[in-house]
Order: sequence, then structure tokens, then C-alpha cells
Amino acid sequence: MKTGQSSISPSDKSTRRIAIDPVTRVEGHGKITLLLDSDNHIREARFHIVEFRGFEKFIQGRPYWEVPFFVQRLCGICPVSHQLAAAKAVDQLAGVDRLTPTATKLRRLLHFGQILQSHALHFFHLTSPDFLFGFGSDPVRRNIMGVLEKHPEIALQGVKLRKYGQQIIEAITGKRVHGTGTLPGGMNKPLTTGWRDALLTDIENILLWSGNAVKLNEQIHTANPEHADFATFPSNYLCLTGEKGELEFYHGGLRARYPDGAFIFDQFDYCDYRQILREEVRSWSYMKFPYLHQLGNDRGWYRVGPLARVNNCDRISTPRAEAERKRFRAYGHDKPIHSTLAYHWARMIEALHCAESIQNLLHDPDITGTELVAEKGDRRHEGIGVIEAPRGTLFHHYQVNDEGIITRANLIVSTTSNNQAMNESIRIVADKYFDGREITEALLNHLEVAVRAYDPCLSCATHALGKMPLQVELIDAAGERVHRLTKDSTGQYVS
Amino acid sequence: MANNEHTITIDGTEIHFKAGQTIMDAALSAKIYIPHLCHYPGLTPSGNCRLCVVELNGKDVTACTTQAQPGQQIRNQTPELNAARMAITQMLFVEGNHICPSCEKSGNCKLQAMGYYLGMRDEHYPQFNPRREMDASHPAVLLDRSRCILCDLCVRASREIDGKNVFAIAGRGIHAHLIVNTVSGKLGDSDIAVDDVAANICPVGAILIKEKGYVAPIGRRIYDQHMISDVAFDEHVPEHKEHGND
Repeated sequence: MKTGQSSISPSDKSTRRIAIDPVTRVEGHGKITLLLDSDNHIREARFHIVEFRGFEKFIQGRPYWEVPFFVQRLCGICPVSHQLAAAKAVDQLAGVDRLTPTATKLRRLLHFGQILQSHALHFFHLTSPDFLFGFGSDPVRRNIMGVLEKHPEIALQGVKLRKYGQQIIEAITGKRVHGTGTLPGGMNKPLTTGWRDALLTDIENILLWSGNAVKLNEQIHTANPEHADFATFPSNYLCLTGEKGELEFYHGGLRARYPDGAFIFDQFDYCDYRQILREEVRSWSYMKFPYLHQLGNDRGWYRVGPLARVNNCDRISTPRAEAERKRFRAYGHDKPIHSTLAYHWARMIEALHCAESIQNLLHDPDITGTELVAEKGDRRHEGIGVIEAPRGTLFHHYQVNDEGIITRANLIVSTTSNNQAMNESIRIVADKYFDGREITEALLNHLEVAVRAYDPCLSCATHALGKMPLQVELIDAAGERVHRLTKDSTGQYVS
Repeated sequence: MANNEHTITIDGTEIHFKAGQTIMDAALSAKIYIPHLCHYPGLTPSGNCRLCVVELNGKDVTACTTQAQPGQQIRNQTPELNAARMAITQMLFVEGNHICPSCEKSGNCKLQAMGYYLGMRDEHYPQFNPRREMDASHPAVLLDRSRCILCDLCVRASREIDGKNVFAIAGRGIHAHLIVNTVSGKLGDSDIAVDDVAANICPVGAILIKEKGYVAPIGRRIYDQHMISDVAFDEHVPEHKEHGND
């Protein structure tokens, strides 16, 4: 079994091991280990996911139509994405290749609502405190409550954007979190005209606030050199795009680019994903390391999510978001932007696209139609659903037996695809901010900022009123602890 | 009411009953709810869930199997009885794998509804996490034994209404389990049909019609709209089928 890209192991006497434990929760608990060489330089960063989930195993033996509602419990922030990815696979298992227009548009509306609320949460609730107060500012204030106090207009717009996305989810699935909605081959209820009209009432504000969020991110990113340089490294990018290369969240072909923007492949049928993707297992983490097979595990790792999507696509189908994409591209001189913090700028461009798309769908007569379920065909034994979740490309793959019972499942979630990239980001940030002697508050804060650019699930407790417990230990080459820094549950640092 | 020859009193309310009725029958006729899971009007009562235990003249009896007698003084909604009912419901939850968040019966499940009715906030007891056989061999009916509460309704419905003998309870005590009366023990080899009462009477998610899960949206499921105590009075199995279904 491979143990990572470095030959250095924690037991190597020439290295020192620094453990940051826990960095935050990953549906439980995450941990960072920094491996130093004898010159006290960062040689490798390991971001450990130590919580075992086991969904792929315990859905085995369950009936296939149950799966979307089982696997959506993977997450409390993006359950809709898991439900929809599973539903696309379940459609295939039920022998359905084409949904009714209403069902397709309801799923798209649901997905836009999901991405809007998740992106709003990601930026406003979890990231904006870092950006507005500074990475190293007082953690007691560096949270959404602090933003509400200091920048109430920005915070309230974020809260309302998220609320609006959640209302869409509630309208279609019956609940804001963990509802139902999808059926094999369709949806279980129409959107009422009452809900449609209520959602249209607020859409102009949603468009305005989404646009404001893009401007805010552009301003922050371009005005602060530290942002542009923060955890910046070239990488490959992977996502779905539409047939014409447009930004696409629900259904499309896989596109991957090299760091210079050249295609690795384009419009690849995701049902054949096993031909292009491999997953490497490393002994120190429950999270796998996917890579593009043709490039090998050293060069084949890639990034997914908003930065990948906006870097990868040729256009965005809605005008305001397309205008912002062009500004983003111009900033990068029409090449992929590799700055990790540009994730947030791209994220808000996508939020604006969601708002515009929601408006279009709410004006579409099909959206309140009542033809919800397509006729089922012959049952199939394999279904693969791929979708662009807020954090990136999400793969759901199921096999069933003749009785409709799941026999095998493989899920490649977005954060898994970003696994190597997160490790790389942490390594670069640690290398820059570690003084070679001790763990400082500034280093901790910067590591958290790097992780948070990819996934708020990894740092959801960080801004919980600034009370994330955090412990860092510095262990020398002999294995002795020489320094420890703890951030306790009140946000206070204790040596 | 002056004449108590055909009346009983439940929690101070005097109600009429017909000769031959049980306390449960009389209560349901009078729109008085006595909690129950294994009782279904029209089927022979079995008294095995114990939720309908009431206090009769100082003794605990099951309302579904005890004949109504003139002048009975019955206590039903008492803190002690409801505490016992809560404990029974919690035990039923932990004995099986009742994962409400993803279960397709959620919102239409009587066990879940009973939990809400009794104010159950947690399962209290340690989970058994049993490993029980799933039987998906029938093309239209699914048997998930991990959710079975051994209420026996499917057994009785199959015999008494469908005119078949598809199910039985085998074993005793903690080893009791639902079996299918075929040589293979598989539902696919039985003569159960999708519109049999036995295929549709399960109060939980143990016997399900395949590929019908989640069709009812949240908000339109039975117990989204009603407490179990409000919709228990209109239930009755259909008349006996002489030859059952194909």
C-alpha cells in the first residue's frame, strides 16, 4: 500500500512531527500533521480524516429506491446534492433515461436552491469573518455574529441568500434539510403556484445581493496581494460542463484541464468514469486520493468545485454571471487562476448564476406542471449519477441484483477529490507561516483559512462563535513534545 | 346515564357497548383512543403489543382482548400507563432497526406516530442493532425483517381476510421472528399478492410494496397531518376473501 507522495514517515528520526488535533470537525473530527525535516522545513502535510462513515458498506442490502434518502444523510449542508446524484443513478436502475420536462426543471431548481444556500453559508457565515477582519484577528469576534455587528448589511444579505435557497428546497422537498422529492424517474410533487409566486417576490433582491457578493469578493481578492498569493499552486481541474462547454451543475460531460488550461479530456461520459479515475488509499487517512489515471497518481490529482468549474467552462448561460466570469478570466489573463482563495470569488459568481437561473425557472410554465414521473423501463443492474455539488463533482455509483437490492456502491464525494489539493494547500501555507520553532496562533488561523476555501464541512465549528477547540503539539525528532498550544472552547489560547 | 347494564366508564366517561364487544371495540366506537399497534378492527385480537393495557378495577388488562362488562371502571390515560406505553414503544424501537430519517414508511408509520403521541424524545435503551434477513424475492412485495415488531397483523390478515396462510411467527421470546410459510421460506415462493390485506396492513416498514416509497410528499403523509389518536377510529379490514387473490 502506498503511504503518500513523500518517503518521509512520522517515525523517521530525521523528521519532526507536528500534530494539529483536532483542526476542526469533519462530520466529527479532523487533524493536521506537519512533517518537518531536520532543517525544520515543511516536507509534507497530511490532512487526516479520522471519522469513518461507511455509507458505501451499510447501504448494501438495502432496496435501491431507498438510497437517495439514505445517502443524503451524509451531509447536513449539501444533502440535496447527494439525493440528486443518487436519484440520477436510481433513474438508470429503474430504466428511465429521460424525465418529464417538469421533473427535470424541478430537480434543476432544487439544485440551484441548494447551491445558492450552500455557497451563501460557505462564504458569508464561514469565510467572510476571515476576509473582513483578517486571518489573525481576534477569534472571539471572527465569526458571523461579529460580522453582523460590524458589517450588518453584508451579514444580513448572506443570511437572507441562504434562507432563500433553503425556501426553494423546502418548497420542493417538504423540508429545508433532509426532505424527500425525487422518485425513480421523477419527482413526488409539483411546485405550487403559491410557492412560485412567493419565491418570485424576493428574486430581485436575491439577484442584487448575489451580485454584491461577487463584487465584494473581487474587491477583496484583487486588493489584497496576500489573498492572490495564498496557497497558490498549479493544478489540474475537473468538472462537468454542458454540451457547449457552459457552466453546468446538474448534467453534462466531464471536462479536465491541465494547469495551463489545455484540455486533458472533454465531454467524457461520466458513466465511464472508471476508465479515467483511480482512487489511491493511503494508510494514514480514511479519505481516498483520486487521480486521473492517464497522468498517474503523482501528476494526476486535480481540484474540483467553484474554482475548477469557473476555470474550466467556456461560458455561463446567464448574462450577469457570464459578465462576472469574464472579469474573473481577465484577472487571470484568460488562463486558469490557481489561487486557492479565488475559490470564494468563483463561488459567488456561481451563486449569481444560481439566482439568475432560479428566476428563469420560476418564469417557466413547466415548473408548475403536474407530469412528474416518467414511465419506467426495464430494470438495470447498474446506475451511475454524477452531479456538480457545491464543493465539486460528486459521483454515485450503485449496482443492484435482480431483486433490486444494492450489492455494491462507490461514492466519490467532492471533498475526496480535493484531498490532495487540501494537503498541498496546507503544506504551502505551513511552509510560509511556520517559523521553524513553534506553532503560533497565526499559523493555526492560516491553516484553517486554507482548508475552509475548499469545504466548510471541515471547518464548520471554527466560526461557531469562535469556540472551536484546537490543540497543536510540536514534537521534536526524538518524539518529545516541546511545545503545545491549545485554543479552548471559549476561544482563548493557552500554552 | 342511569342504566349501566350496557355501559362502561373510561377515565370518567361513560360509554355504551354492544354485547360481545371488547373494551377496545367499545372505546373506538365511542371515539375514545386507547393506544395500540397490534390491534386492527375486523381481525381477531391478539393482545401481544401490550400498548392497550388499561387499568380495570385495579388490575392491568389488555383492552383489545378483554370483554366489556357492564359497570367496568377503566383507567386509560394515566401517567403510569402512558409511562409504561412509552417504555414499550422505546423497546420496540431498539429491538429493530428503525431508522426513521431514511425509512420509506416514515410519516405513515404507526410506531413512529406512537412515539410522537407519547412524547418519546429518545430511545432510552441500548440499541440491539439486529441483523435480520431481508427478503426481496417477491417481485412486488418486500419483507424487511429488521423493522418487524411482531405485531402479528400480517399473519392474521393473511389467514382471516386473504384466505391464505403466508406468514407465521416462529420462535419464542427474544428469538421470535416472522417467517414465510413456504418450503424455501421465501416470499417469492408464496402466493401473496400486492393487493392482499397482509401486504398492506403492516404498521411499520417491515412489509412494503416495492418501489412505492416516498411517493407521498412530506406534509401529505398520514401522520404529518394527524395524530395517531385522531385517525384510529376509521380503520377496518375489508370483508373476508373466500379464495384470496392470485
